[in-house]
Amino acid sequence: MKRVLAMLVENKPGALARVVGLFHQRGYNIESLNVAPVDDGSYSRLTVSTRGTESAVEQIMKQINKLIDIIKVSDLTEGEHHELELALIKLGKIKDLKSIKKKIKPLNGQVIKNDSSSCVLSVTGTSIDINNLIKSLKRNKIIETVRSGSIGLHESNKTLTI
Amino acid sequence: MKLSGGDMLLRALREEGVKFIFGYPGGAALHIYDAIFRQKKIEHILVRHEQGATHAADGYARATGKPGVVFVTSGPGATNAITGLATAFMDSIPLVVISGQVASHLIGTDSFQETDMMGVSRPIVKHSYLVQKTEDIPAIISEAFHVATTGRPGPVVIDIPKDITAPENKFEYKKPVKVNLRSYQPKIHPHPGQIKKAAKAILSSERPVIYAGGGAIISNASKQLKVLNKILNIPVTNTLMGLGSYPAKDKHFMGMLGMHGTYQANMAMHKADLILAIGARFDDRITNTPSKFAPDARIIHIDVDPASISKIINADIPIVGQVKESLDALIKEIKRSKIKIDSEAIGKWNKQITEWTKLHGLDHEMYLKKSKSKMIKPQEVVQQIYQATKGDAYVTSDVGQHQMFAAQYYHFNKPRRWINSGGLGTMGFGLPAAMGVKLAFPKKEVVCITGEGSIQMCIQELSTCLQYGLPVKIININNQALGMVRQWQDMQYSGRYAASTYEESLPDFVKLAEAYGHKGFKVTQRNKLGPTLEKVFRMKDKLVFVDVYVDQSEHVYPMLVAPNGSMEDMWLSKGKKA
Repeated sequence: MKRVLAMLVENKPGALARVVGLFHQRGYNIESLNVAPVDDGSYSRLTVSTRGTESAVEQIMKQINKLIDIIKVSDLTEGEHHELELALIKLGKIKDLKSIKKKIKPLNGQVIKNDSSSCVLSVTGTSIDINNLIKSLKRNKIIETVRSGSIGLHESNKTLTI
Repeated sequence: MKLSGGDMLLRALREEGVKFIFGYPGGAALHIYDAIFRQKKIEHILVRHEQGATHAADGYARATGKPGVVFVTSGPGATNAITGLATAFMDSIPLVVISGQVASHLIGTDSFQETDMMGVSRPIVKHSYLVQKTEDIPAIISEAFHVATTGRPGPVVIDIPKDITAPENKFEYKKPVKVNLRSYQPKIHPHPGQIKKAAKAILSSERPVIYAGGGAIISNASKQLKVLNKILNIPVTNTLMGLGSYPAKDKHFMGMLGMHGTYQANMAMHKADLILAIGARFDDRITNTPSKFAPDARIIHIDVDPASISKIINADIPIVGQVKESLDALIKEIKRSKIKIDSEAIGKWNKQITEWTKLHGLDHEMYLKKSKSKMIKPQEVVQQIYQATKGDAYVTSDVGQHQMFAAQYYHFNKPRRWINSGGLGTMGFGLPAAMGVKLAFPKKEVVCITGEGSIQMCIQELSTCLQYGLPVKIININNQALGMVRQWQDMQYSGRYAASTYEESLPDFVKLAEAYGHKGFKVTQRNKLGPTLEKVFRMKDKLVFVDVYVDQSEHVYPMLVAPNGSMEDMWLSKGKKA
């Protein structure tokens, strides 16, 4: 089962390596990873997508919590949450811009650039939305794709802050 | 007064109460070593290999409960410390390992003796620091000692680039009054609700077992264990790491459990209706096949590390807290409870355990063995050491058959007396660990029970022992083969002894000991064993190496049947299953 874990990590040298290393050491996979400093910049917020059974995820969270630089960790997928990913997609020369625009509209899509050689799109949505969009663009020539990995927040009153 | 980084480091260590540093100098650590030279309060012990330094500091830590401190240089100095770090990490031993690093401007350039120590040690440390500013040294040292010694203890690495400790750069020595980390707040006291549940479950049980591990020793909870069982009168077993936390001479003690645990301890675990796990982690050498583990038992698990709970075996009643504080709370709750334990059922259960002990207990099996063999049996070497030291020695060991025999036959009545590498199983641990123990307790008897395989992995420390006058006693249980490897080859590889014998290449250990300036004895006959050991333990001021030739064919039993066995599936002797 797919899990999205959010964590607050001290902004110290090597802290990210400890989190990433832990997944490898304990035999878990990271599907996507996103990290950036938040608030006063003394700590970063990490979002990791992984797969595992309930007990495996519980064990990962406990192990993450044990890392000295980890301030807090939470499983977003255990309840209602917002999840979003940004993707930039570079296509070859477009014949039918209108149909492309229609496809990307539900994903807040924008055409960042379009000229005689290529077309660059930006879209945001859940990982599944973006997977589906990429599938639907298969007929066009996809030159390059970049994805931010999921970021997420708990729904409503549950928070992950200091 | 302004201080250089090196002087700050030594002052900070002194303020942490450090008495000994185990180490080895080298280029990147020379500013630090110069600072050692400028002070007299902390003694530096020059080992002969950095692995020895980490194990010696580890032995010191296990025997005293205080963190062990190590200095190494960059590159090979740092990587040689890795095995010792991993050893301490697996057994939750507090170490502070300070490694010199190449100068800041050289980091990342593949400079001479450069290794990414932070990176290399990351998976086997509780935490690590790269010092980037000289003035941070006092705070980092305080934090490192705090992290190493609290919660579930463990080793901490501090990597210090050479320029940070340069004598010409001096700063004000500023140290925080108290360490307070927002990201690290280990739990001390257990949840009262969980304690209530646990007390009720224990008092309602009919076949309970106390299964106590290294956590009971780390937490200094031996007294609590005894008090608890004064009330309960139920069978107790210890893990390899927990030996000594409960007195072996107590009538309720069943001996060690697990892979080479006693018949009665393993049977009791399998048949129990309640297991009170205390500072133990259901290691694979305990549980055998987890799905077949203790089918009828409810599990109460006390541990300071929440990640240890329900990792292998699901806990019905998890209790997160330090062992000592948790047991105090549990004792209080049990005393207060209106439920009384069913003494008739417990009596019956204790009787059952006595019967198991009579049937296949270690003493009985040993009696049969001795009567059949002319050669010295490795087990009786341990029995004789026990007698010669009146059961009151600090015993360090290496890894293999001799380690298991020591665990089985040296009956530990006090905590911190049994010093061995349980989790990682590090050969070469015994001798340097004994040095650390002897430095901590110069007047106490310190014995290293080892084998001819293990002792050769850190034999160079005999030289350190001479330099610092450390009269430990080394008893080499010499079966002229890698005994445990051979045992597995006998049992699972039809006796194909791949790379487990030395083909007449063993050194003359007596001469070797003498070459290092010590005394050596060789024993090959049973009737010489006791008198030799008596003599050896009277030689208080000498390091003595006793090379005892034993029966090579001996196996360690009982042994859990693997794979797919439960805890009641045991080999009791060659070809004989329970």
